[in-house]
Amino acid sequence: MTMTVELQAPAVATPQTARAPWLTRLARPLLGLLLPLSLALAWELLVWAGWSNGRLVPPPSKVFTTIADLARSGELTRHIVTTLSRVGIGFGLGVAAGTLLGGICGYWRMARRLVDPTIQALRAIPSIAWVPLFILWLGIFETSKVALIAVGVFFPVYLGLTGAILSVDRKIVEVGRIFRLSGPAMIRRILLPAVLPAYVVSLRVGLGLGWMFVVAAEFMGASEGLGYLLIDGQQLGKPAQIVAAIVIFAIIGKATDWLLEIATAPLLRWQDSFARQSGAA
Amino acid sequence: MLQLTSVTKVYPNGVHALERFSAEIQLGEIIAIIGGSGCGKSTLLRAVAGLDRASAGTVTLDGETITAPHPKVGIIFQEPRLLPWLTVADNIGFGLSELPAAERRERVARALDRVGLADKAKVWPRELSGGQAQRVAIARALVAQPEVLLLDEPFSALDAFTRKDLQDHLLDLWADTRPTLVLVTHDVEEAVVLADRVLVMRPHPGRLFEEITINLSRPRDRNAPLFDQFKRHVLTALDRSLDRTVPDAQGRREPGGGLWW
Ligand SMILES: Nc1ncnc2c1ncn2[C@@H]1O[C@H](COP(=O)(O)OP(=O)(O)OP(=O)(O)O)[C@@H](O)[C@H]1O
Ligand SMILES: [Mg+2]
Repeated sequence: MTMTVELQAPAVATPQTARAPWLTRLARPLLGLLLPLSLALAWELLVWAGWSNGRLVPPPSKVFTTIADLARSGELTRHIVTTLSRVGIGFGLGVAAGTLLGGICGYWRMARRLVDPTIQALRAIPSIAWVPLFILWLGIFETSKVALIAVGVFFPVYLGLTGAILSVDRKIVEVGRIFRLSGPAMIRRILLPAVLPAYVVSLRVGLGLGWMFVVAAEFMGASEGLGYLLIDGQQLGKPAQIVAAIVIFAIIGKATDWLLEIATAPLLRWQDSFARQSGAA
Repeated sequence: MLQLTSVTKVYPNGVHALERFSAEIQLGEIIAIIGGSGCGKSTLLRAVAGLDRASAGTVTLDGETITAPHPKVGIIFQEPRLLPWLTVADNIGFGLSELPAAERRERVARALDRVGLADKAKVWPRELSGGQAQRVAIARALVAQPEVLLLDEPFSALDAFTRKDLQDHLLDLWADTRPTLVLVTHDVEEAVVLADRVLVMRPHPGRLFEEITINLSRPRDRNAPLFDQFKRHVLTALDRSLDRTVPDAQGRREPGGGLWW
């Protein structure tokens, strides 16, 4: 979408921080690990010292052996793949629908007047309330699960995109008008880049909700998936398995969010944001 | 020639922003429009730019009525309005997307050079100072080689030194291709430094109050006594335009005509 103009300009010096940049770049995520790691360590020591039997709240070592056991039997991969593909498909569908409807409703006032009230009304329904209906309509297997996730993803993406389009600065649109951009060119060269930051945020919110809803979906009768591990652990009284599943949820959820962030970062390099000013770039 | 005929603008909320404004502006002329806040200067400029339609009256450029943004008319706003997602060079080349890449590159490079920002080509707009950003905006408007360039208080957000610098700069750029400049300003000195004619407007509703021809040769010496006289003249007219007891002045002075005092 950008039109590149090559010029023989001297290379712009990259700003240098006082310390070695690679050091700060490594140290920053480690800082975030400090709290959870020391809590885990403290709990491990408490159980090890016999102050607690750790039956209901298993110590980290027990959780790790559980994960290792699951991994060795190949079960873990199966559960992860199942859950990931549910989230992936649901997220894809939700994003597609949210983007399409959000784009149309943001751009055309008529469509917004026609469709938006209905969507807002549907949004007021707690999404879990759809579960019985989805099961009746779509059966107990994959389709209803994916549908629930897609519904969860749809709303933040739709809202984020319509909101972003409506709040595009009129002053910048006028720049496009002065250069007599046609409708499609205005969308491609002004609206699209202008809404991108807010859209990326809504994608990340959507992904977060997708992970939330996959658990709900897998609670409603699944035979595999991380949510199934949770239910199974509860029914068979295996707290270590529950915590293991939770830990894996956390790791994969964070990893997918991080991937999304990485994938979109090149598109948002131009942003003059608070995060950049405080040196988090 | 840019011709404004009885341009009138009533906003939907009933505000009478502009009342029967007429003016004739020759190619290559520099016009300054000055007047109190809210007297319709921006409204007038937006009508000429084709961004807003006048309620009545017409704006024509070489006989062609302007109802939408016109390829020969450029505008520089009070804020730079750079697109934050494009580098400085891409911002300047924004309006040239129809040209072949090589020519576009060449023209952008020349424009960058002209405003003294050749080293900022690859920089994001957020990394520019206010004055630099406004210079990029000037380059972006000029690179399209408009016949008429409208400027709505382009330097008002800048400090006095940068402002003076950019005024001189604008004159240099103007001397290159001699476009028509229509400049809205609050700064009497700016008007007298730049303009061939100063149009003083008065509010409620916004209309033309007085027209003052500045027949000083360029480059103009800001410290010359005659310069001061013109400044005082504009200032007095401005004062009188805000005084409601003074009736609308009608007298138009011919270029080279005597001063009224
Ligand atoms: N979009 C709008 N809708 C309604 N009224 C408007 C609009 N824009 C301007 N006005 C009104 O029209 C009048 C003229 O406004 P305009 O912006 O043209 O003034 P101006 O001479 O540029 O003032 P300033 O020197 O403060 O920039 C004002 O009374 C203003 O309130
Ligand atoms: Mg104004």
